[in-house]
Amino acid sequence: MSQSLTLHRDLEAFVRRDEEGKGRLELLVSGARCAGCINKIEKAVRELPGVDAARLNLTTGKLAVQLEGKQADPERVVETVEALGYRACLFDPGEAAAAQDREGRELAVALGVAGFGAGNVMMFTVPAWAGLFGQELNGSTLTLMYWMAAIVATPCALFAGRPFFRSAWASLKRGKANMDVPISIGVILTLIVSFSETILRGKHAYFDAAVTLLFLLLIGRYLDHRLRANARSAARDLLALQTPVAMRLIDGVEQGIPVADVKIGDRLVVAPGDRVPVDGLVESGQSELDNALITGETALAPVGAGARLHAGALNLSGRLVMTATARSEDSTVAAIARLMEAGAQTRSAYVRLADKAAALYVPVVHTAAALTFVGGWALGLGPREALLRAAAVLIVTCPCALGLAVPAVQIAASSRLFRKGVLVKSGAALERLAEVDHVVFDKTGVLTEGRPRLIDAPAHLIAMAAPLARASRHPLAKALAAEAGLGPVAVDCVETAGQGVEGLIDGRRARLGRAAFVGVTGGDARETELWFGFENDIKIRFVFEDQPRADAADTIARLRRMGLSVEILSGDLAGPVGDIAREVGVAEWRAGLTPFDKAAIVDQFKTDGRKVLMVGDGLNDAAALSKAHASMAPGAAVDAAQNAADLVFTGEELGAVIEAIDTAREARRRALENFGFSALYNVVAAPAAMFGLINPFIAALAMSGSSMVVLLNAARPRIAWRRR
Amino acid sequence: MNIVLFLAPFSIGLGAMGLLAFFWTMRSGQYEDPKGDAARILYDHLEDKPPQD
Repeated sequence: MSQSLTLHRDLEAFVRRDEEGKGRLELLVSGARCAGCINKIEKAVRELPGVDAARLNLTTGKLAVQLEGKQADPERVVETVEALGYRACLFDPGEAAAAQDREGRELAVALGVAGFGAGNVMMFTVPAWAGLFGQELNGSTLTLMYWMAAIVATPCALFAGRPFFRSAWASLKRGKANMDVPISIGVILTLIVSFSETILRGKHAYFDAAVTLLFLLLIGRYLDHRLRANARSAARDLLALQTPVAMRLIDGVEQGIPVADVKIGDRLVVAPGDRVPVDGLVESGQSELDNALITGETALAPVGAGARLHAGALNLSGRLVMTATARSEDSTVAAIARLMEAGAQTRSAYVRLADKAAALYVPVVHTAAALTFVGGWALGLGPREALLRAAAVLIVTCPCALGLAVPAVQIAASSRLFRKGVLVKSGAALERLAEVDHVVFDKTGVLTEGRPRLIDAPAHLIAMAAPLARASRHPLAKALAAEAGLGPVAVDCVETAGQGVEGLIDGRRARLGRAAFVGVTGGDARETELWFGFENDIKIRFVFEDQPRADAADTIARLRRMGLSVEILSGDLAGPVGDIAREVGVAEWRAGLTPFDKAAIVDQFKTDGRKVLMVGDGLNDAAALSKAHASMAPGAAVDAAQNAADLVFTGEELGAVIEAIDTAREARRRALENFGFSALYNVVAAPAAMFGLINPFIAALAMSGSSMVVLLNAARPRIAWRRR
Repeated sequence: MNIVLFLAPFSIGLGAMGLLAFFWTMRSGQYEDPKGDAARILYDHLEDKPPQD
């Protein structure tokens, strides 16, 4: 079993080399949280021979290691980080290069330029407003001011407006009009009219409005982008979870290869503590598998020669040699990943509130502007005045408030949830969450705590078995040892893979493990159990059970009071699922489901027109999570489930689900209120602009005023007497 | 009024300097790892310059 540790694993496939032979290696490190972690990890890795530099990015969890020449060993780097107590995965160099946040960068630059433009153009336009209060600038000074404003505003507006222009163009080419179309037309028309007014020595030019408008809109757009950016890494982290290294056995030598390179028929070694890389059959060796990720089953599955292995299962106790029967793309985990991708695609088709508003708003405003121009000209205003009024209609009705209405509310809501320990991945997630009418829970790790706990055992029996339990690495033995606390450890311990541990306690030979190993015939396979006994003595049985979370029953009762129906979908056996369902008070439950069953059931709900909230934590839930209308995962969930979920709650309490739904509904209400405000504002402002009552000063006031109203409504504290 | 012809470009220049400084912070990767940067200040020997790549 220790053979795998002494053999050298060749991981050169994961190093990117430049011409001089210097290499770069990337690891995904999980568990690092503080300055001490950075210090420990970087220091230890830098001290390795052949390592030039190491840098841990705490935000993304990536450790970049520079290697000097050939003598550096990637395997040592991984081992060093893991020896410090963090989980480390090698990153496929091909994957690492792809992730660059270009859009966020462009928005930030555009926001900076628009902010600069909006601030500086005021220097020249504020003096011009003085004319409105009887402090008229003389004609040539006013023109000079407008020319200077034009020099600052025009390049800034054209540059900062690019994200809007591009999106508007793309949308027009598809024959649709999104919110960016009126924005682009408004900005460009405003600039044109302002130039012509300046050349014709007119009194009103709107250079400041064009830039300020973009600045306010870009704030909303950037906030929205930041919310979404986190969700992008889903596929990447799922790949990392697949343990990208598979150990191929050729003529007794183990060689590390990327999982993507495994071919059918390859002989692979799975060491204890590793995940099974691809689907396959056991050739030799004995062990126990933790299938919780794949099936949600809490009981451990013993495997021996000939047994079938599923990719993603965790090998617990013994070294296995297996034959690959599928390539990585065909394996269970990859199939789930494909389902997740499909789910993400259907989700991106979801029409957001702001876009629904745009579909109403765009035609109305453009018709109004066109009518103003045509009507004004026909009624004898002259083309110049008519165009000026049409531009004024577009400016004052331009959707500053509409653009901010939703992102401002969602940022406020997600920061409120963040303080309660719930992370929100995107604004659209909150909108979808507000609409749910049916809640589906996974059992293991969601309704329950997700770890076996010893039940109904007298303290003196626990103390008797504890010395052996402390010597074992098996999860059940660990749970037993945790119950017993600190104490003596048995001597001469030998752990038999998949069977149990044997050793001397106070000179007496004892065994702890499976029923047959301890010398008991029978045993109830349904229960998670451990047997203990001294040689030629009575055998004792310890039963473990996954306990429901403390507030599970209360949460489900409250969900019902909120008008939601509740159901359990589990991959575990019917017995334990039924017990838990009764305990927390859920009448509808289904057991023994595969990941694909779960996804299909969620799909079925969708075709029936139900809006499902899925709460799950395992790899077996990932596909259902990404297909559901909205989804949540606990912080202890596997990375894939956390990435597939819209929201992640980090606390121990299931009540976070209620908190999230409540906040999402409140956010939806506020967003609708904000739409109401902007509609009201437009109903007043548009006719005023049509009748020529708007000047640049009033336009600036109205624009920032309406945006402020919307922002303040988003930020106002929640009214306390509302129903809890 | 002539002073305006000097002051206006001067103040725009000051604003532009601020804008360029913002671009520099972006390009030199100072927003790549906000959590890590906040932590690195606590240890003297940790590399406290933004990553170069």
